[in-house]
Amino acid sequence: MLIKRREFLKISSLATASLFVPNFLQSMTLDNALNPNQKILIVLQFTGGNDGLNTIIPTKNDIYFKERNNIAINDSLALNDETGINPALPYFKELFDSGELSLMNNVGYPNPDKSHFRSMDIWHSASKSDEFLETGWLGRFLDEECYKCEHPTQALEVDDMLSLALKGENNKAFAFKDPKKLYQTSQEKYFKSLYNNEHHHDDETVSYLYKTLGSTINNADYIFEKSKAKKSTQEYPNSKLGKDFKTVASLIKSDINTQVYYLSIGSFDTHVNQNERQQKLFGEINDAVKSFVADMKANGLFNDILLMTFSEFGRRVAQNASKGTDHGTANQMFFISGGLKKKGILNALPDLQNLNEGDLIYTEDFRKIYATILKNWLNADSSKVLGWKNGIYDFI
Amino acid sequence: MAASFINNKHLLWRAGFGPGIEQVDDLKNKNIKTILKEVFKEESFSPIVYETPDIEPIEYTDPKATAEQKREIQRVNQKQNNELNLNFLQKMTASKEQLREKMAFFWHGHFATRINNPKFNQQLLNIMREKSLGNFKDLLFEVSRSPAMLSFLNNQQNKKDHPNENFAREVMELFTMGRGNYTEKDIREAARAFTGWGYDKEGNFNERKKLHDTGTKTFLGKTGNFTGDDILNIILEQKSTAEFITTKIYTFFVNENPDSNRIENLSQSFYQSGYDIKKLMNEIFSSSWFYDKKNIGNRIKSPTELLVGMMRILPMNIQNPENITVYQKLLGQMLLYPPNVAGWPNGKSWIDSSTLMLRLQIPQIWSGLRPMEYSAKEDDDMEMGMKSREALNKSFKNPNIIIDWTKVDQALAQKKAEDYLIVNSESLDMNIVNQFSDKSLKMNVINLMSTPEYQLM
Repeated sequence: MLIKRREFLKISSLATASLFVPNFLQSMTLDNALNPNQKILIVLQFTGGNDGLNTIIPTKNDIYFKERNNIAINDSLALNDETGINPALPYFKELFDSGELSLMNNVGYPNPDKSHFRSMDIWHSASKSDEFLETGWLGRFLDEECYKCEHPTQALEVDDMLSLALKGENNKAFAFKDPKKLYQTSQEKYFKSLYNNEHHHDDETVSYLYKTLGSTINNADYIFEKSKAKKSTQEYPNSKLGKDFKTVASLIKSDINTQVYYLSIGSFDTHVNQNERQQKLFGEINDAVKSFVADMKANGLFNDILLMTFSEFGRRVAQNASKGTDHGTANQMFFISGGLKKKGILNALPDLQNLNEGDLIYTEDFRKIYATILKNWLNADSSKVLGWKNGIYDFI
Repeated sequence: MAASFINNKHLLWRAGFGPGIEQVDDLKNKNIKTILKEVFKEESFSPIVYETPDIEPIEYTDPKATAEQKREIQRVNQKQNNELNLNFLQKMTASKEQLREKMAFFWHGHFATRINNPKFNQQLLNIMREKSLGNFKDLLFEVSRSPAMLSFLNNQQNKKDHPNENFAREVMELFTMGRGNYTEKDIREAARAFTGWGYDKEGNFNERKKLHDTGTKTFLGKTGNFTGDDILNIILEQKSTAEFITTKIYTFFVNENPDSNRIENLSQSFYQSGYDIKKLMNEIFSSSWFYDKKNIGNRIKSPTELLVGMMRILPMNIQNPENITVYQKLLGQMLLYPPNVAGWPNGKSWIDSSTLMLRLQIPQIWSGLRPMEYSAKEDDDMEMGMKSREALNKSFKNPNIIIDWTKVDQALAQKKAEDYLIVNSESLDMNIVNQFSDKSLKMNVINLMSTPEYQLM
């Protein structure tokens, strides 16, 4: 990673003296900014288990229409002879046509779990189904990227709570809904004074708490400064996701060192009257992504960003009795970027003939996708972060 | 501060949820033997129950259930589970039997289940509360036969010729011996022995004979026509079980860094006593090393310990307690909803920027000095797709807490509040705290609770 000379001097002069300077001075260390061609990942989580079969529709498949006679999508937008996309995602169709979207079908993992929370944990931690990890895949990436660094802002989540995906062993990402609110809370005089006047002590746990407090204060400041550095002229929809994407865009356009942004939208848990709910959520996603991509393109950044979507599971092939669907297994993932190496539909649609008790049998392991992104996009040591050794894809 | 003062404080935090407002004077005046006796004193057991009536027992998964019925089932389930959660929190706060509730809280994270059925949750919770200081063997047997555990770990689907290994695996990996003390083959053989263990609709344990594999099994070197009971008994014969449980108890109650010599001694006597939990705890809390400086004030309070600790020292009226669960969610520990069968991770994992900033603000929020501006992520296992997005966004309401500051004033006037509220305040600059407190005891208490030091016990 490139370090600007001015900042390098600051870092190195402080680093040598760091043993002797009090907290508040140490905290002024500026972090290395991003290399101008640094790649950025935005993860968009579809919380609740999005129904993949009504997202990418197998338009020539009789089983699909038979199993879903009340909820099958009949007016999908054609991607090719046998595939359509949900009509509430017209902009995704546009991106598909212009070679700026690719999609991987049937992604999952062995021994799938149908609890939302557990399956989400598996996706976040990149664990096996019977393994319980306390760190997330992007948190471990952060551990690699930010070894002893002062600004662990390489990964940020737009939310009040930090997801497991972004918790590492030594570093945890930041979560905030609004950089300004985070800033105001952390700049409260009382907290700042406590931090600046902490008495010396040897206890490791106390140090950890003060370190986290200090890091929050400093980075809230850093994030807030960056977030207002470049005013956006792009219009964003007034939805929650629209605002979240606007926040992300403002940071991407600044020279903040963030490589990963984490967003989520839900709930996709469509047990009842599915189509109405899914359509509403897709509408919100479609419009927010459209503004975001336009913003990135206008700033010449679209080749360097990758937007990835996922959900904790797909849904069962057959509809239920309430015009909805119940928890299922494998699902598709979207990849949106100006820098895709392979575009369009990357693999075969799910096989609806060979099911496991009514559920899709996954063919692509999500950890292989993560490994691909870590290695080919974020330039990280994917085997160290994931322990994954079964190859990668070549779409980026 | 006298050593006895520090030791009393240490014991009340570790063997319970910190000193209650009525115990403030005890900290100074009583000796450790008296406090120890009080901690172990048992009263008659009173179960936790929900009061919202059950509705017609339609299974949520019943294909005949209409959308309306499902919504109703989900609503009632959630209401009842919330009641259980808050009643448990209330017991931790108000019960004199602090050690019973603290142990139950430990077992709640040890025998972790995450299911929606409130009746099953209620039953398991009371098993763990009633037996929390009893015999580990009894506890293990009762938990293993509870519908909550059997359903959570899929033993209802564990049938002859179609074994489901989930329960057999976790009972060894997480509940008794720990990894490295058995093989994959032991898991398969144990799963065969547990075939047929299930429950009926009313939640009664049921050994379904027709589904049980009566063949010969070889488990941990022994061969026989084993049943599930036999497997649990063989597991309890293993010294590794006593070691695993003792280690977990040591790292929870004493120090996150295990001391292998001490644990070895404790686990030997735990094994020899036939798994007497009360005896083990007594041995720990009566030892001199428990009061070593390195074991005091170095544990990060779990969200439950933090919230309950505040409720114990600040007498308060919570007008809408159902809204307390939002704090549990935001801080990462919703009772009845551990992340997975391994329970909650402890220590530093509780702390990130968001949770720390919220922890530091709660005393102000609860005192009405600051609005609550955070909302928790939605939980689809609980909502089950039944709640509209708009409702979810609006779902946070204030718990409306009224703190009885007069009582706090009476208890702490003329005292150094930091000594009573914080286990170890050495690293804290009291000048800063006082400067921001403007000579008000109320502000002093709030500010002391809004420190990194208050997060420790």
